[in-house]
Formats: sequence, C-alpha cells, structure tokens
Amino acid sequence: MVFLLKRLGLMAIVLFLVTVIVFALVQLLPGDPALVKLGKMATPEALAALREKMGLNDPLYVQYIRWLGGVLHGDLGYSIQDHSSVMAILLNKIPVTLQLTVMSFMISLIISVPVGVLSATRKGTIWDYLGTIFAMSGVSLPSFWLGILLIYVFAIFLGWLPPSGYVPPGENMVRSILLMLLPSITLGTRLSAELTRMIRSSLLEVMESDYIRTGYAKGLLERSVVYGHAFKNAIIPVITVSGLQLTTFFGGAVIAETIFAVPGVGRLIIESILSRDYPVVQGAVLFMAFAVVMTNFIIDIVYSVLDPRIKLTGGGSK
Amino acid sequence: MAQVQPNPVKPVAGKNPRARMWGEMIQRLWQNKLAVAGGVFILVLIIMAVFADAIAPYNPIKPNYGEVLVPPSADHWFGTDNLGRDIFSRVVYGAQVSLKAGLISVGIALAIGVPIGLFSGYYRGLWDEVLIMRFTDAMLAFPPLVLSLSLAAVLGAGLGNAMIAIGLVFTPNYIRLMRGEVLSKRENDYIEAARSSGLKDRRIMLFHILPNSMAPILVQATLNVAGAIIAEASLSYLGLGTQPPTPSWGSMLSAAQGYLAEAPWFAIFPGLFIFLAVMGINIFGDGIRDMLDPKLK
Repeated sequence: MVFLLKRLGLMAIVLFLVTVIVFALVQLLPGDPALVKLGKMATPEALAALREKMGLNDPLYVQYIRWLGGVLHGDLGYSIQDHSSVMAILLNKIPVTLQLTVMSFMISLIISVPVGVLSATRKGTIWDYLGTIFAMSGVSLPSFWLGILLIYVFAIFLGWLPPSGYVPPGENMVRSILLMLLPSITLGTRLSAELTRMIRSSLLEVMESDYIRTGYAKGLLERSVVYGHAFKNAIIPVITVSGLQLTTFFGGAVIAETIFAVPGVGRLIIESILSRDYPVVQGAVLFMAFAVVMTNFIIDIVYSVLDPRIKLTGGGSK
Repeated sequence: MAQVQPNPVKPVAGKNPRARMWGEMIQRLWQNKLAVAGGVFILVLIIMAVFADAIAPYNPIKPNYGEVLVPPSADHWFGTDNLGRDIFSRVVYGAQVSLKAGLISVGIALAIGVPIGLFSGYYRGLWDEVLIMRFTDAMLAFPPLVLSLSLAAVLGAGLGNAMIAIGLVFTPNYIRLMRGEVLSKRENDYIEAARSSGLKDRRIMLFHILPNSMAPILVQATLNVAGAIIAEASLSYLGLGTQPPTPSWGSMLSAAQGYLAEAPWFAIFPGLFIFLAVMGINIFGDGIRDMLDPKLK
C-alpha cells in the first residue's frame, strides 16, 4: 500500500511537471495565435480585441491555471485550423494510433519470442548468430527507411499490399489489417529487435538456474522446460522493456503514420506543427506524455505483482 | 551485446599502472572483432566527412536537369536524384551533416546534463529529489522524437536548431546517469579521505568523482551519437531539420519517397548509409562498454 501511494504521489508530481512543460513549449512557439486565427489582413484593433478575448494579455501563470483547469475538465481548446474541439479531434485519432500500436506490438512479439528463444536455447549455433544479427540490425534501422523499402518491395515491386491509407476496422476488417500491416512492421521492427536481445539474455540467465537443471534431470521435454518454466521467469524484465518502449513507439508513430498516410495522433502532431495549429499540438503532445506516464505506472504495479521483491525495496526511481 | 568472446587479456608490460590499465583495455577492444569493424566504419565516415571535397566527384547542390533520375552507372555510382544531382556526392557530403549533428547534439547534452547530475547527486536535498529528478522524469515521459519535433518547431527549422533540440532531449539521460554515478561514488573511502583531508567540494567533484564516473558516460555518449544521427535524419525527413539544398541523408529520403517507383536507388543509398553509420557506432559503443567493464557483458 505504501508502495502504491508513493508511486501515485510521484506520478502526480510528474504529471504536473508534464503540463508545465507542454504549456511552456507552446508559449515559446513563434507566432501570435490571434494573428494565426484572424489572418494577415486583420486590423490591429481586431487583433487587440481577440488577444483580450483569448486571455493572451493575462500573466502567464493565470493563462496556465486557466488552461490546466480546462484540461482537468477535458477541455483542450479549439483547433485554429478548423475550429473543432481538440478533444474531439484527439478522440477521433486515438483509436487509429491504438490500432497501429497494438498491431506493432503483436508483430514484435510474434518475431521476438521465437527468435529470442531459439537464440538462447541454441546458443553459439547459426540460429544464435542469425538472431543476433537481426537484433543488431533492427535497432540500427531507421524506421523511415524501412517504411520506404517496405512500400517499394511489397506495394510497388510485388504489388501484394496497398502502399498507404487507412480504413477503420469496423468498416472493413480485412482491408484495415492489410493497410496497417506495413506501418505496423515499420513501427514494430525496432521493438522486436530490442525484445529479441532482452529475451535471449534473460532466458540465458534463467536457463542456468537449478530448477531448470532439475526439470531436465527429471526427464521433462525441452519445450516444457523452456516455455513452461524458464520463459515465465525470463519474461519479467521483458515486460518492463516493452513498457518503457512506449515512448519510442509514440515517436515512431509520427514517422510510420506520416510515411503511410495513417490519420493517427502522430501524423496529427506533425501536421499541426507545420500548420502552426498550437492548441492541437499542445493537446496531442499532452496526450502522448500522459499515456506514457500512466503506462509506466501500470508497468510498475504489474512488475511489483510479478516480482514481489520489488515491494520490499521500495522500487527504484531514486 | 558484442558476440565475439575476447581471449584472456595478456598483461601489458610497463611500470605505470594507469598506462598498463589503458593498454589492457585497448587490447581488449582490439580483440573484439565486431567493435573493430564498427570502428573501421566510423573511420570511413570521418574520412568521408573531412575529405568530402576531394572524394565527391560532383557538386552536391547544383542541379543538372540533363541527367534527372539516372540509374547507377560508372559515371554516377549511386545514380542521380530528381534534380539531376549525383547521389554519391550528396551522400558523401551528407556524412558531414550527420556526424556534426551526432557529435554536437551529444556535446550539448553532456555540457548541460553532466554538471547538473554532478551537483544534484553530490548535494542532494529536496530540490534534487523533488525538482531535478521529477523534472527529468517529466522530460522522459515525452517520446524523444515528439519532444525534439516540438523543440525544433519552437526554435525554427534548420540543422543548428535541430542539434539543440536533440541535445536538450538527451540531457535528462545524462543528469540521471551522472547523478547515479555520484551517489554510488560519494560514500567511497577515497572520497571520504579527500573530504577529511580538507579538500573543497568543488575539487572533490571535479578531480575525484568526475574522472571516476566517466566510463558509463562515455558509453552512453557513444551510443547517443548513433541516436542523434537517426534523430537528425528523422527531423530532416519530416522537414524540421536540415533544409534543402544542403545534403542531409534524412531530407534526401524525404525527397526520394515521391520517386520510389521510377528511381528506387534515390531512396536506397542515403538510407543505407544512415543504417551503416548507426550500426557501426552502436557496435563500437558496445565494444567500448565491454572494454571498460568486461563484467557487463
């Protein structure tokens, strides 16, 4: 309970600082929001009136408190471009990014679990070397290059998959999955490489344990020893790595969604930055940071449930 | 990560223990063939960047509309781009941008992060625990690319600002790393001895704690150079990094995407060099980590 309360307290402080950083970032962005809203032809009087109406003449801390109050009530302001509510825009985009994230995560698991297990159980063989080369290349591969190569090979050269676009799963499930396949591979490759490294080293460590030797000694099949006993314990640090990778995932989503024209939160951020739609930038960046903080919190809790020793030490983050 | 198991390191002859220690470490690095391969590629990259004028056969900026999208040939090893410019020459000059971005961004992060981490870990207190640490937690909650994008938007598009943005994004890692190192070192006997002999805090920090904490910082810095190269290429790809016509691997890929069907070479070579540069630096960084502390393997 103390562990949980301490974690909640720290999370509250971090979330508060996240809001301060996001607010400060947008305040520092060049350009006058009133001018962006009214256009270059606006008269100085109209600009002054709008600035007053938007509260831009108030001291910064007043503007921050007002903005934070709005955020706490779910009001993230209005887009300068199309005047719709930022929250509504985000609610429209979040499911798309969520679909991409979930599919990427599944792809990274589908690749990394067998490759990592094979590398660890066949240490020093050609399988291990191939697994290691994959892991090493995967973490060095720039996602935008991988995305472009995938479009060239699977969409242009082979013609097997559509190059870009998005269809909601509710509209046409098969087409939606096909359209999301290349972006998901683009986004998931780096994580699958990281996880392969992690699963290999974690499994190698566990395979040295006495209970694994006992398992082999009492005549259990290799599959049952590896998946039934070793893998369960080796997966704990892997969960932490997966959670920590969420920040990289969101960053990668900006790239993957831009390359493949997927209308998610990542593409929304780059489009709003380029069109100087600051309320949308603010809302989308805040959403991503909140999601990361919440996920880290959940991972901390899951980790402490899986490994009760964490509670005794009070758990990191010093 | 390095896969080549080094042979037992032979003791290096010599009386000076510091020189002997360095000799043994370099020997350990030399025995790690993967790290050597990474080091060789980094060397190639440096040569490309420094001697770009001599290596590049064509002007990387001047358009040549008579030779638009020419496939790779003896005249143009990597083909030409949509403006008829030689891609090999642009890739060679692109190495300058990437190396500069990698080194300067990490330099900025080191220059800000290491002193803050050093002071924060040495003096501790409420401002360290509540302000500095929670602030770094908050910074780390932002996806690095999203934060660099937002900072680059604040500062304005361009290579210089992209480097500052990437440097600021990497800074919290160094604050945390340095602080952790200081916390583990400050209770050691030699620090206690320095304190009781009347040395001032500043001297203890600069001449005793800092040099003994540099190993993990060096490893992190090497690996971050690779991260900064990818980050700069990503920002340039998205239009907020190096601006045309300056050749940057990221902006070349961005331009190439529109010509994938008719000129795939346009996208292949800049991306391949980003990949090789990042992989070379990553395996060299792993090698340095193993060299400094073989127990970490």
